[in-house]
Amino acid sequence: MSLPVDADLELDCRGQACPLPIVHLGRRHAEVPPGGVLAVVADDVAARHDVPAWCRMRGQEYLGEDVAADGVPRYWVRRRA
Amino acid sequence: MLLAALERGYADPRRLHGPARTAGLLLENAREVCAEALGLRREEVTFTGSGTEAVHRGLLGLRRGRARVGGAVVHSAVEHSAVLHALEWVGGEHPQVGVDAHGRVSPDAVLAAVEESTAVVALQAANHEVGTRQPVAEVTTRLGERADPVPVFVDACAAAGRVPLPEGWAVAAASAHQWGGPAGVGLLLVRRGARWRAPFPVDDRSDPRAVGFEDVPAALAAAAALRAVVAEREQTARRQHALVDRIRAAAAAIPDVDVVGDPDDRLPHLVTFSCLYVQGEALVAELDRRGFGVASGSACTASTLEPSHVLAAMGALTHGNVRVSLTRETTAEQVEAFCAVLPEVVEGLRP
Repeated sequence: MSLPVDADLELDCRGQACPLPIVHLGRRHAEVPPGGVLAVVADDVAARHDVPAWCRMRGQEYLGEDVAADGVPRYWVRRRA
Repeated sequence: MLLAALERGYADPRRLHGPARTAGLLLENAREVCAEALGLRREEVTFTGSGTEAVHRGLLGLRRGRARVGGAVVHSAVEHSAVLHALEWVGGEHPQVGVDAHGRVSPDAVLAAVEESTAVVALQAANHEVGTRQPVAEVTTRLGERADPVPVFVDACAAAGRVPLPEGWAVAAASAHQWGGPAGVGLLLVRRGARWRAPFPVDDRSDPRAVGFEDVPAALAAAAALRAVVAEREQTARRQHALVDRIRAAAAAIPDVDVVGDPDDRLPHLVTFSCLYVQGEALVAELDRRGFGVASGSACTASTLEPSHVLAAMGALTHGNVRVSLTRETTAEQVEAFCAVLPEVVEGLRP
């Protein structure tokens, strides 16, 4: 799956322990418009599993994972209408 | 039972003096009792120092018996870490079979992963974290129909005593503390005709698969506990299944809680769920403060600081995870009390 080049909103969750990256994702995903894309940059190991699980539980679309410029994993989510 | 065994079964069963012969008879009796409870023959039962040791020796010994074919062990992604660590230790490529959202492998996927160089298929009887039972009987039947039948190793540590063992496997492992027996006793189960070869140095015990001076009193206590648990298994399972249904419903009624594992085809006593936005460690601590001892598969509660590989393989939420294991003594009142406090505990820990 090809990932978007730019996110409407990028959450910097570096250094945050589980479940804080997901808490931020839950709080702020509505800031992007429906159809918009949000990226979560997180080095917490649980985020790899919990971002897709959050998308499943909240009916959002998980797009995949790449890495930010500094090598930290970045997870992509599209807000459903 | 344990005290009587300590009085009479203290000697090394390998020796020839009177107390040793008594210990030897007690040990053979313990094997017989375990075999009968599990539907096996006495010679098929060997006592080990733990369930983990039984897994290591059982799996690696079955693999060694297939050395002429190859070394690959096809296994599910949700096997216990004892299986995964054993495979890591021997090295090489071992195909892993993914699971569905309930944590179950598909027999088609297992069969598709088997190649000419496959030595063994390793599949647990039931998952130790989420309780889901695996289709072991179908897998063993279909593997047995191949021109070159591939033997199956079954990790039955979570299932033995709770539910009847599946059919068709070559080697299995069980763990006495899981059915209320003492810690430090595992069972290595090798079916007659299975090509099992000791993977580690051997010893000169009367049971050729045993290593070291057996803990005879503990083996007897394990056997007595297994017999008692199996005798009332159906009533216990029915009662625990209903209590777990109650906990599953109470957890599912809380917003943003993911109840995982098969709702029906599962171990009777185990239930796992994950609470969105809650820290697993805080949840365990708060439930403990209120008198409920639970486990967790969340990374913050693990010695490895990695989330549970079982939850991850299932696509389940890994944070805010709680695993409740009922004992035979757990009452309906205790379960109701747990269900009553759960919503406020979860909501109280949400940011």
